[in-house]
Amino acid sequence: MMRLPEFRFVAPRSIEEAVDTLASHPPGEAMIVAGGTDLLPNMKRRQQTPRTLVGLARIAALRAVANGDAATAGVTLGAGLTLTDIVRDRHIAEHYTALWQAASQVATPHLRNMGTLGGNICLDTRCNYYDQNYEWRKAIDFCMKRDDRAVDRGATQVCWVATSSPRCLAVSSTDTAPALMSLGAEVTLASAAGKRRLPLDDLYRNDGIHYLTRRPDELVTEVRLPPRIGWRSTYWKLRRRGSFDFPVLSVAAAVRTGADGAVEDARIVLGAVASRPIVAAAASASLVGGPLDDDAIARAAELAAQPARPMDNTDFTLVWRKRVTRAYVTSALRELRGDRMARAAQVVR
Amino acid sequence: MNTIGTPRRRVDARAKVTGQTRFADDLMLPRMLHCKLLRSTVPHARIVRVDATRAQRRPGVHLVLTGDDFPIPYGILPVSQDEHALARGRVRFVGDPVAAVIARDELTAFEALDLIDVEYEPLRTFASPEESLAHDEPRIHDYGDRGNIHKLVSLSFGDVDAAFAASDRVFDDVFFYQGNTHLPIEQHAAVAARDPDGKLTLWSSTQTPHYVHRALARALDIPPAQVRVVATPNGGGFGGKSDPFNHEIVVAKAALVLDRPVKICLTREEVFYCHRGRHPVVMRLRTGVRNDGTITGMHVQTLLDGGAYGSYGVASTFYTGALQTVTYHIPAYAFQGCRVFTNKPPCGPKRGHGTPQTRFGQEIQLDKIAEALKLDPADLRLRIVERPDTLTANYLRVGTIGLAECIRRVTTASDWGTRFRRLPAGRGIGLACSSYLSGAGLPIYWNDMPHSGVQLKLDRSGGVTAFCGATEIGQGSDDVLVGCVAEVLGIDPSDVRAVTGDTDLTPVDLGSYSSRVTLMMGNAAIQAAERARDLLADAVSRKLGVPTDRLVFAGRRVFDTENADAGVAFAEAVQLAEAAFGTIGTVGSYTPPRSAARFKGGGVGPSPTYSYSAAVVEVEIDPATGWIRVPKVWIAHDIGRALNPTLVRGQVEGSVYMAIGEALMEEQTFRRLRPRLSDALVHKFPSMLEYKSPTTLDMPEVWTELVEHPDPNGPFGAKEVGQGPLLPVMPAVANAVYDAIGVRIDEVPITPEKILKALDAKSAGRPARYGPAAFPAIDWPEALQVPPPWEGGDGRAHPSPDRPLASRHVPATEAVRR
Repeated sequence: MMRLPEFRFVAPRSIEEAVDTLASHPPGEAMIVAGGTDLLPNMKRRQQTPRTLVGLARIAALRAVANGDAATAGVTLGAGLTLTDIVRDRHIAEHYTALWQAASQVATPHLRNMGTLGGNICLDTRCNYYDQNYEWRKAIDFCMKRDDRAVDRGATQVCWVATSSPRCLAVSSTDTAPALMSLGAEVTLASAAGKRRLPLDDLYRNDGIHYLTRRPDELVTEVRLPPRIGWRSTYWKLRRRGSFDFPVLSVAAAVRTGADGAVEDARIVLGAVASRPIVAAAASASLVGGPLDDDAIARAAELAAQPARPMDNTDFTLVWRKRVTRAYVTSALRELRGDRMARAAQVVR
Repeated sequence: MNTIGTPRRRVDARAKVTGQTRFADDLMLPRMLHCKLLRSTVPHARIVRVDATRAQRRPGVHLVLTGDDFPIPYGILPVSQDEHALARGRVRFVGDPVAAVIARDELTAFEALDLIDVEYEPLRTFASPEESLAHDEPRIHDYGDRGNIHKLVSLSFGDVDAAFAASDRVFDDVFFYQGNTHLPIEQHAAVAARDPDGKLTLWSSTQTPHYVHRALARALDIPPAQVRVVATPNGGGFGGKSDPFNHEIVVAKAALVLDRPVKICLTREEVFYCHRGRHPVVMRLRTGVRNDGTITGMHVQTLLDGGAYGSYGVASTFYTGALQTVTYHIPAYAFQGCRVFTNKPPCGPKRGHGTPQTRFGQEIQLDKIAEALKLDPADLRLRIVERPDTLTANYLRVGTIGLAECIRRVTTASDWGTRFRRLPAGRGIGLACSSYLSGAGLPIYWNDMPHSGVQLKLDRSGGVTAFCGATEIGQGSDDVLVGCVAEVLGIDPSDVRAVTGDTDLTPVDLGSYSSRVTLMMGNAAIQAAERARDLLADAVSRKLGVPTDRLVFAGRRVFDTENADAGVAFAEAVQLAEAAFGTIGTVGSYTPPRSAARFKGGGVGPSPTYSYSAAVVEVEIDPATGWIRVPKVWIAHDIGRALNPTLVRGQVEGSVYMAIGEALMEEQTFRRLRPRLSDALVHKFPSMLEYKSPTTLDMPEVWTELVEHPDPNGPFGAKEVGQGPLLPVMPAVANAVYDAIGVRIDEVPITPEKILKALDAKSAGRPARYGPAAFPAIDWPEALQVPPPWEGGDGRAHPSPDRPLASRHVPATEAVRR
């Protein structure tokens, strides 16, 4: 079998202890493990070989849920909650449906039992040229997104997905982030220097290597969701199979409608079409002020598909994924309107 | 019958569900070391230098082996001895093993791999069959029919051109079947150790311990009697563990050198490199028909992408053209097949071995023919089903045929008559049929010995031990062995212990491939058990004073049919026999009937009997995305007789599962980087995450029915079930897609992308189809002419096959292949 490289394991019992541990290591020496369903396979493939792993499982504060009054206070979710914890939370299922649906479609039940909300938000970007073992990557002389050993060997600076690309095109593959962004989430980052809070949108950069604005010494501690009374939300995930697979396209949509049926606010976010979740701002704005009728949905679907830039580095062909983007935005919005929609290749609940 | 035909819990079920089955990777021996293989990172190159100095110096490393340690080649077929345990002078694909490190643990061995320096001199890379056809140099191997063509076959049975001329229509279609791999849950693993007496033992997850035994003795140049191969229970094989493998020979060598046990367990990625899976095949099928649907003649051409080594490839090539004739009556038949070498993992036998690809084309073409002739596809097939007790145009002896019954069962169950071409848009159903061998009629190496042997040891306790070289790969062969013996002797299956797959302890069975075990081992087991029964009957007859022909063996007793109270317990019968004759042990063996084919190449296809299957598949397609869902599959299988119906149904449903994967998702494909920047040619996704295979959530509902007309050649009438039921499902999916949305997808996998492209073509007024445009040009040799039986043929080629053929290229290589 594939074996993990040797590493030192540290298990702090508090957030303070954790951030102090991170601060005491040079950048890249220590990595956070919060479930390990992403990091440990990567380590077996020698994509990342940190000398120290900082395990968060013993920090009780990271598994807290603060359910305020949905009308006024929203909810605060500890980053250490497992995805199964999220799926089992009735409050989330009712008020933050997109998040609930996204969490319930991550990988498999076993992996959801281990994987955490914070881990899923910080999920490494994925690429068929990168998520391969050491020998395979050696056979293509590695790529731009590479580990230290490859750098030592003077490996290439090329992005094999598009060899003229100045940046890495690995794909943001988190399910929960597009859903959380459609729901207006903020995250809190803690470090030895203090805390900062930012819209989740600001955590991401469209760069497959530097895909987070998080500093190596920072820890995602919690996710805050604003009250969402009057909103409806949904999450559509495209993947080959009914389980197991990362998204190759996802559409999170949240809409607030007035008593007259007119859209008052809307947020459409696309996942897995770039190196970060993409807010479909023009599409979202186009919906405001009118009813969710077929014309409005068709217009929004067309606008939403425009910023989608699928590349040939995931399952399925890029042309098809681009085309399905329209169909998925349409389906998501029709579902929010109240149409009964059959979901392809996904099983909810 | 008490045991046979009754659904039973298989004999190895308890061990498997309680985790007590000991697979190869579960074996732990004292002082055991671990092995890892360094694999080529270049697709085609000359090895200039391998320097393992740094690795050898690494603490914890005991031994580094390279190609220099393995001068003798091996290979599963006598005509393709083209592999070395570690590459010598040349690597032929990314993943080809170059060196081995044996160390105190896996991590140490793995890390030492990076300390081995290999210098390569790149050679031209052949990524596709077209490239291999176009360029003879450099040759990937120095043998084969021509350049980079491994095998060329051209056979003709009757005058196909005249048959076409006499037909009302000739249908000419090109199809592509993408390659895919077996994906057994258990990765290959092997442990080798030197016995205290100096002999070598290899435990391995292999389907063919007898062939591994031969290969080890050959490749390591040690007397076969000094080698023991034990096949551990396989966590799935499907053909992927039928070759002797590099890693088996490497750990055997290392154990001999170090005099310590050495283990290797491949990673999932390495299993993708071992491969020997489904050949990608481009095929052209021309079929002449009369307006009533009768076939006048058929011409099949296939081009197989063989990958980097021979493996079973010569047999695979013949199989792509062998079984067209056993389902439907084809009075004139011609076949041309070509297998080329490419710089990719070697292809070989996967469930259905060479036949699913052409079956896919044939069954889609029949659907097209039915539509063109305005016939119902089920009615058309019922009209042309081959007759029982027939010698086909290519000299396959077909006995019982349950195909018509299979068609009737699935069409009735699926309500075919009211639903075909009448479902709402986006929904459709499709039908297809198939056949498969119940064991290859010829062994892999030429010999006149039995294909399967069984020994029985009867104990005074009433217990029986059955010894057979057959290998339990999850299909239930141990259960079949036990069931056959228990039935004949009238005892409970729990009274019988199976000792199998061990070349020291068990008589030879050729292995778990070609769906041969139930039929061949079953017949051998029945013969051995009947011989034991005769001995016991003789002894009991003397004791009871009842003639032997009045004795019945049932319920663990031997008793008088005319007076059931007069009898003895089975254990007592054994004791009486032992007192009378001495220790009771019997043997049985099985050799298939002689083939009717006497032309070169006629060794592939003959079988004691053929199974038949028919399937109806329902699909739902979203026209906006092309998304396909398969809600239900109806399948009927002509099993002859189900020895243990639980196992048979499991095999049918497992086949449907694998077939849905092949039809919709699975593809062993490769990525070539921009040639200007890189020579790389790598497996696109050697992992179970990105090589897509269905999960339980993607599995349709399956309605299974077994057609039981016992076949005189099968044990208790049984035929095979391990491979045949896979075959009809893929073309039935394609035919259902056409019924649903009116586009033809003439290749697998059938993906949403391809469906949308075909729909686009349809709405643009182009042919409503997705598939290959043409069959590549191949310079075929002159066909071997074999007159069919109805033209007075006797199975021989005419003119004499010994006469060199005029246009045959490079006849000198014939000597190499022989």
